[in-house]
Amino acid sequence: MSALQPSELDRPALARGRPAAGADPKTASAALRRAEFGDRLRSLALAAPLLLLLALSFGIPIVLLLSRAVYDPTIADALPRTSQALGNWNGQGLPDDAAYIALAADLSNSQAKGTAYELAKALNARLPGARSQVLKTVRQLEGAAGKPPLDIMKAVPFWSAPGTWPTIANGTHALTSFYLLSALDLRWNADGGIERVPPEQAIFLQVFLRTFFVAAAVTLATLLLGFPLAYLIASVPKGLAAILIVAVLLPFWTSILVRTAAWTVLLQKFGLVNGLLLWLGFASERLDLMYSRIGLIIAMTHIQLPFTLLPIYSVMRTIAPSQMKAAYSLGAKPFTAFRRVYLPQVFPGVMAGCLLTFILCLGYYITPALIGGASDQLISNFIANYVNVELNWEMAAALSFILLVFTLALFGIFARILGLDRLKMV
Amino acid sequence: MLLSPYPTPGERIRVALLWLWCGLVILFLLVPILIPVPLSFNSGAFFIFPLEGLSTRWYEVVLGTQRWQSAIGNSLIVAFGTTLIATTLGTLTAIALSNEKFPGRRIVMPLLLSPLIVPVVITAVGSYLFYARVGLASTYAGIILAHTALASPFVVVTVGASLTGFDRNLMRAAAISGAKPLTAFFRVMLPLILPGVLSGAAFAFVTSFDEVVVVQFLASAGQRTMPLEMFIGLREKLSPAITAAATLMMALSIVLLVVANLLARRSQGRRAASG
Repeated sequence: MSALQPSELDRPALARGRPAAGADPKTASAALRRAEFGDRLRSLALAAPLLLLLALSFGIPIVLLLSRAVYDPTIADALPRTSQALGNWNGQGLPDDAAYIALAADLSNSQAKGTAYELAKALNARLPGARSQVLKTVRQLEGAAGKPPLDIMKAVPFWSAPGTWPTIANGTHALTSFYLLSALDLRWNADGGIERVPPEQAIFLQVFLRTFFVAAAVTLATLLLGFPLAYLIASVPKGLAAILIVAVLLPFWTSILVRTAAWTVLLQKFGLVNGLLLWLGFASERLDLMYSRIGLIIAMTHIQLPFTLLPIYSVMRTIAPSQMKAAYSLGAKPFTAFRRVYLPQVFPGVMAGCLLTFILCLGYYITPALIGGASDQLISNFIANYVNVELNWEMAAALSFILLVFTLALFGIFARILGLDRLKMV
Repeated sequence: MLLSPYPTPGERIRVALLWLWCGLVILFLLVPILIPVPLSFNSGAFFIFPLEGLSTRWYEVVLGTQRWQSAIGNSLIVAFGTTLIATTLGTLTAIALSNEKFPGRRIVMPLLLSPLIVPVVITAVGSYLFYARVGLASTYAGIILAHTALASPFVVVTVGASLTGFDRNLMRAAAISGAKPLTAFFRVMLPLILPGVLSGAAFAFVTSFDEVVVVQFLASAGQRTMPLEMFIGLREKLSPAITAAATLMMALSIVLLVVANLLARRSQGRRAASG
């Protein structure tokens, strides 16, 4: 396209009686530049409302949540004197009496301000059992008229136990890696290195592994079910293909919640699936499919099948049948032709479908919540639980952080290898 | 072309097996979504076949009791609000992005799509945290805002697709003929991309109407939507009323999405015809 084609001169101002292009090249190109600048500005202004709204309704909430994972000023705010007194503590053994006195003053102060419970909760998140000790000490400090605070502090064994002071010292930094490490079942040890938490405290690694396992199982199942069907739809005449594709699209257009509800009906002890298994002789008694891993995987496979199938189908549709015929006529056996001619071409579609399903499975919440049992809850369910039940925002934020990193990394791979255009369904 | 002109017996068996397997897969796809339909017309209170008798009593529960009525009302308020904002702003953004000169298109598009990529629980929890601070939690406005983030990518993509078939010279012709930009938009551009816009609106409506996770975190008891009422019902006690609600929701989303896809196809057909 040359520089002065009509499409470049598209501003009304230019079209309406400015000096005609060619009369004075300088003015014309200046007008063109101005017009282009105006054009850009106008298109930015058109997009601005939605971008602003998204930043407010989506961007800020996500950033705010993620910041909770690494920024927790509760302890630092509640213990200003202590954090000052700990300034010259080397982290070994117990700090000097000044730190105890400062802590007592901070505790009394937080009780007066009404923030003692918040502090106790924040310490408890990092040091299980700390909540009751803090609240007990606070009450004693309040009730003890005349008794020196130092004596009260020293009388509670918790404040001289190993681990207490390092945790406090750590907590007085508002920026913390504690929650992110916890989300991976890691912690700082006394020597400043990172170590695994003891097995009885480890929760999350297992949940992440479970999430990956369920996602992988569902991806594989959708591929096994979806690939042949996609191949069939791409091979049959147009009219039949249209009918078959409707069979894929109908469930695709039904909401995840409705399909999950359907599966809760189907998977009941006296539901259709159990009846079918008995009738076919695959099972000798009715199985507990609800609240089980296998029930969860079946339902998720049903929900994800179109997501895997459609990208594969959209690639298969573009492959001319003559290619396979050419391979046959050159002497290739059906399997060889399939493996060496067909498969390499549909591979991007297979990758797109599988990656998409895997990524979406990592974030599943509704289906595990309704169909999974206590040991089938995925990472999203833990995030929701930390917000709704435990009221531990920092832990929810740290788990979100890690889930988001995995999701975005996989999407980065997706966009890099396959391009964002493959995201479009149908 | 499944069979070659002179199929060998082995080939016939393979194709027969493929059909058999695909038939089972199609049953697996369709039976679960169709199962709630007959159950919702069952007169008994259990989910056991054979059905006890035909009745509309569960639909009377869903359409007639106060709890479900208010849920349907809330769903409609939220979905219409979301559709209105997402369609308006999404269309403007799609028009802006269809301009080749738009600065940073390659950055903006992934950003616009990111609400679809981020796991929805993270979106819900983040919105809850932020909206509670600014007084938007437990308000219709808050739910609509959060839903707009989830719905607008569909509008941008659908309208964007219909704009690739739009000849920009038409806008220039309108301008030369003396039309102001707004007039040109409403009288030239909008009528031509209308199928795409309506299709995007239908996607936005369904996205909001079906959404349950964000609502779960943001809605107060008085703002429960239909999906949330279903979710709570599924957790508490499985009642056939849920199959009736599920059937209604399924019918609504399928009808809207069929319309949306037909419209989208129409606007793309126009593109094929024009280019």
